[in-house]
Amino acid sequence: MVTKVHMEALSPTMEEGQLVQWLKSEGDEISSGDILAEIETDKATMELVARGDGILRKIFLDAGGVSVVGAVIAVIAAADEDISGIEVSSDGNGTQQALPEESSAGTEPVAPEELEAAATPETTADTQGTDSVRASPLARRLATEMGVDLLTIKGSGPGGRVVKRDLEGAKTAISKAAATTTWTSEENEYEDLPTSQMRKSIAKRLVTSIGPVPTFYLTIEIDMNRVIGARESMNNMLEEDGYRISVNDIVLKAVAAALRQHPNCNAQWHDSFVRRFNAVHLGVAVAIDEGLITPVIRNAHAKGIMQIAAEVRELAGRARTKKLMPDEYTGSTFSVSNLGMFGIQEFTAIINPPEAGILAVGGIEETPVVVNGEVKVCPRMRITMSCDHRVIDGAQGARFLATLKSMLEEPTAILL
Amino acid sequence: MATMTYRDALNEALREEMDRDPDVFLMGEEVAEYDGAYKVSKGLLDVFGDQRVVDAPISELGFAGLGVGAAMAGLRPVIEFMTFNFAYLALDQIINNASKLCYMSGGQFKVPITFRGPNGPALQLGAQHSQACETYFLHAPGCKVVTPATPADAKGLLKASIRDDDPVAFMEGELLYNFKGEVPEEDDFVIPLGVADLKRVGSDVSIITHGKMVHVALQAADKLESEGIEAEVLDLRSIRPLDVDAILETVQKTNRVVYLEDSWPYAGAGAQVVSIIQEEAFDHLDAPVLRVTQADVPMPYAKNLEALAKPSVERVVGSCKKVLYR
Repeated sequence: MVTKVHMEALSPTMEEGQLVQWLKSEGDEISSGDILAEIETDKATMELVARGDGILRKIFLDAGGVSVVGAVIAVIAAADEDISGIEVSSDGNGTQQALPEESSAGTEPVAPEELEAAATPETTADTQGTDSVRASPLARRLATEMGVDLLTIKGSGPGGRVVKRDLEGAKTAISKAAATTTWTSEENEYEDLPTSQMRKSIAKRLVTSIGPVPTFYLTIEIDMNRVIGARESMNNMLEEDGYRISVNDIVLKAVAAALRQHPNCNAQWHDSFVRRFNAVHLGVAVAIDEGLITPVIRNAHAKGIMQIAAEVRELAGRARTKKLMPDEYTGSTFSVSNLGMFGIQEFTAIINPPEAGILAVGGIEETPVVVNGEVKVCPRMRITMSCDHRVIDGAQGARFLATLKSMLEEPTAILL
Repeated sequence: MATMTYRDALNEALREEMDRDPDVFLMGEEVAEYDGAYKVSKGLLDVFGDQRVVDAPISELGFAGLGVGAAMAGLRPVIEFMTFNFAYLALDQIINNASKLCYMSGGQFKVPITFRGPNGPALQLGAQHSQACETYFLHAPGCKVVTPATPADAKGLLKASIRDDDPVAFMEGELLYNFKGEVPEEDDFVIPLGVADLKRVGSDVSIITHGKMVHVALQAADKLESEGIEAEVLDLRSIRPLDVDAILETVQKTNRVVYLEDSWPYAGAGAQVVSIIQEEAFDHLDAPVLRVTQADVPMPYAKNLEALAKPSVERVVGSCKKVLYR
């Protein structure tokens, strides 16, 4: 009997699939239930299972190739059967009805939009995320606790069952990522956190609304009284050595320190995972004649204010003379743009992909503020953060800004 | 601590309980004049006389029923079966009378009786005399089942069984009577029923077992240790009532369980324990729970087949490795 192997709808919202690799070759004997290939769907890499017995006679779609759901991508048949009439096609089926078990004669083809709408993030996480994975009950529980998608874990138990030991590696990664407030040079540069189904769904929907980087903005006003005082006393100390520290240098230092406490804002979107950085590499926007460039203060979290100040000055100087090397203006994990010196009170900055956030820093203004029931004049500064909503949610960004505000209003907190 | 045999520990327990409580008496085949088939009652006739150490005719159903009646009337009988293989003859008295009368009388009758004797496969005794019988006594509610593995447990648990107000099947290991071990010398050493004992602490896999198999489990744990695997051995000591807390605790610790028993697999104690584990500790399991049991055949007489039918250290080691995916 001839069994056509279709690109199956391996997720409710899948419209096409990429063939990651064939696990069987032409000429191999196939039994129903054998895993034929790995297919990357819009959600994850899934296994394509044989639905008939025989010999894998012909493969139409090579590894790396993409095919719409329903297309014939291979043929299983007896060794002597004639398969010459079978072609690569969508086989006359509605694309969403390619799965033989799931399609029943007479049902209306379901529009992809409806399917997607029906699949709430919660249910996709449950039904798509783990049901197709073999895992011990303990491994399932640990994965849930650790926030690890079992689909991303390679099982070492019988039949590929994911067991406790397979999660040990993931555990180390998570705990390392959690220890982001310690400053060690041995730690990993970054951790890749598998994107959950909810995250993927959020990303997909937001991009269709505002894209390709779905950005939202958060503004906070900060009392700069203490920063100004701290800057004065630092500059007094440094006067003999000829160094000068700017308010922006202190802001940069505070941003780096605050990002260490909120690593989810120091991250990048990579579709199947979110790359969360331990190190803070700060891009500092510098205006030059032709436009704008962002030299990078590497490991800003581990540098003192004086060193940051010196580097900014040195890099900005060479930026204006266009003498920066490529590795001096690439690889930043978060950026800061300051237009305060141009008298700008408040503005929004455009995210520099693949970063997930940028701060737009306005100038310090003497502002009347109500303090304890009295109007006082205080030096205030406004910072607006642009956030990539695929990575950062509103509350996360707000918490980061709250930390930044508390550090700038009490600069000694930066030292903690 | 005094070092003594399992047999002497049982003898001490009987002696102390008969001394302490005049309502306690011992009855069974050859328990008086002959000191018992396995010499557990040695010397008791001389001390307590033939009113309290009674030789019974070869009629298990008869003297078991006599014991049940005496218990209902207020005494605390200890009924010795020459082996538990013969207790099958008395199952009507044990299961339908002793185990149910408290319930059926609405609590008006207590049946504080202890049925005791050797249990479990021995060496080349054939299918009828070489079997672990505990499942028959476990199955129906109403009868407690106690399976001591060491001299200390034998003494402490027998004293608790005699004092218990419910019927207890106290199942001794036939091959353990000469086994020596330390027994606390305190005045009144009693081990409560329903409390399991961690016979060995480990971190990688739990061997849960009862009775004579505790020793096989410990040997397997030694062997596993030489291969870098730390096995925990949990001795249930009584399988009704069951120490569920101790079972769940060890499962949560090691995430992997092998149940070891020398009874048959079908509806045995191990099956019950496995059922509880999957119900109560499912999310703590990293592998299916395996059982090592007597093969599901009547015990063969032939030495080579008998060895194959019984649980062995090798089979326990193999199962432990399997749940560890090694």
